[in-house]
Amino acid sequence: MSTLEAKVVVRRPDGFTLEVDLDAPAGTTTALLGPNGAGKSTVVSAIAGLLPIDDGRIALDGTVWDVPREGVYIPAERRGVGVVFQDYLLFPRMTVVENVAFGLRARGVPRVDASKKAEEWLVRLGLEGLEGRYPGELSGGQAQRVALARALVIEPEVLLLDEPLSALDVSTRAELQGALAEHLEAFRGPRLLITHDPAEAFLFADTIYVIEDGRLTHSGTADDIRLSPKTRYAADLAGVNLVRGTAISGVVEVGGLKLHLADPMVTGEVLATIEPAAISIHLVFPEGSPRNVWQTRIERLEPLGSRIRLRLGGPLPLIAEVTEAATSALGLVAGTDVWVSVKATEIGVQPAR
Amino acid sequence: MSITPDRRRHTARPPAALVVLGCLGLALFVVPLVGLLGRVPWSDLPALLATDVVTDALRLSLVASLAATAISFVLGLPLAWILARTVFPGRRLVRGVVMLPLVLPPVVGGAALLFALGRRGLIGGPLAEATGLVLPFSIWGVILATTFVAMPFLVITVEGALRNLDGRHEGAASTLGASRWTVLRRVTLPMIAPSLASGLLLTWARAFGEFGATVTFAGNLQGRTQTMPLAVFVALESDRDTAVAISLVMVLVSLGVLVALRDRWTRSL
Repeated sequence: MSTLEAKVVVRRPDGFTLEVDLDAPAGTTTALLGPNGAGKSTVVSAIAGLLPIDDGRIALDGTVWDVPREGVYIPAERRGVGVVFQDYLLFPRMTVVENVAFGLRARGVPRVDASKKAEEWLVRLGLEGLEGRYPGELSGGQAQRVALARALVIEPEVLLLDEPLSALDVSTRAELQGALAEHLEAFRGPRLLITHDPAEAFLFADTIYVIEDGRLTHSGTADDIRLSPKTRYAADLAGVNLVRGTAISGVVEVGGLKLHLADPMVTGEVLATIEPAAISIHLVFPEGSPRNVWQTRIERLEPLGSRIRLRLGGPLPLIAEVTEAATSALGLVAGTDVWVSVKATEIGVQPAR
Repeated sequence: MSITPDRRRHTARPPAALVVLGCLGLALFVVPLVGLLGRVPWSDLPALLATDVVTDALRLSLVASLAATAISFVLGLPLAWILARTVFPGRRLVRGVVMLPLVLPPVVGGAALLFALGRRGLIGGPLAEATGLVLPFSIWGVILATTFVAMPFLVITVEGALRNLDGRHEGAASTLGASRWTVLRRVTLPMIAPSLASGLLLTWARAFGEFGATVTFAGNLQGRTQTMPLAVFVALESDRDTAVAISLVMVLVSLGVLVALRDRWTRSL
């Protein structure tokens, strides 16, 4: 089984240095997750062969693609990386079927055969009937699938997806997630997913690399990152408390606790989110405005830079975040009994399905 | 008067001074045309246009302007690509040299061509000795002079289009296995097609009306180097009716091109 190996060092003229080292084994989905401006697109360009790296090594098993020290550089057209670009980059003056057949034509496949194969892929992606349209006449979801077909039809060695869903509206995204998962699953080579959306990474990826400011800060499975985030960004990605329950007139009853929401009209199944920093910790019962106050015990303290992450026990196990100063001032240690308060306005609510 | 500003009224009623000056500007274009049309000897027109002088000049003008446009495409497009896409020392200087014919008086251009490519010119001399080919006073001279003056229009238009093009589509094409040549042919050119067409149109129009460089470099030999503008100039001295008739043909050809291409291409000019 082949593995894509990407040690990418790129020094941009503006002083930004990208330095990442990742492995993407065949038959698995590897996600590169990071905020905008972290250097994700540069990694895409380097692996696809659109940008020579300054140092490092990009190789697929024994086939070396880019090793500056050895003077090896295979250009994009000879790498066989299927790329689905962020804004798809469909060729505006070609029809859908011409777009999909383009890669085959470029490889010398006769026109008739190329069109036939392109049409097969369009059918597989549920795009029959759109063959003669131009990209400007497609919806976002259709364009995304055409881009996927165009990348897959050439039977690439590696599949690279750059923010495949982020240009889509929420409902289209939900609709396409399933289809995308299916096609990822069916692709046998290494699959690399570039995204800023943790949900996308957690959903699709077997292994996640977190990139921040040009550096990898974390790698592991979704659970590794969720349970032991190493940076503030990763913690933010993973650390939001999720509470599922049934709301009746703005009150969610969960674990014997009544959680008051800001809107008294909310009724039905809900998913409530609470930012760790929105949870206050007190040694004595707090008198004040927060409507949600309960007593619990600190199970564990996890330092996170100048902040401390507190894992709280029952009745509602949550993650809270306080400063180091507050922790020492209150003398918080594992096992301390504390009061917890959350303002109703700090609880995000969305309907759960 | 309404108190709230009304955009429609605003756009409907420009300041009076602008209207007067604008109409004056328009008159500058319309009055000469009217003057020309007023002098057209309508009844003699077929006979005037059937003379050898006119048919030779028309044929020569069409051949030379189309040839100049074709050469500009073949040579100017690569030049535009290099100027837009590559970085090399002296690039700005090269660009300046390419644009020079746009501002240079065509007569000066013609003289320069003569010194370089004339029978005793820098390259023209050895060329004539080696091959017997003499550029001045031949149709090749007409084509060369016309191309010299007209090609910058193509280069400048296409270079601008290439600069504004989102190069990522070309990158996408190469990830799909397309060679650089295929990318240029199937992705880049179609994407800049409107600008390319505008550039070709401008180049052709400039070539069709070329006078100064042609007369200086290629001379004014009827049937060999006398294009329509040259024929008009000569006829003005001797035979005004013929001059008017030829001018009318040129006006009609030019108008015909503008109308034929009106929305599709001129919009992006």
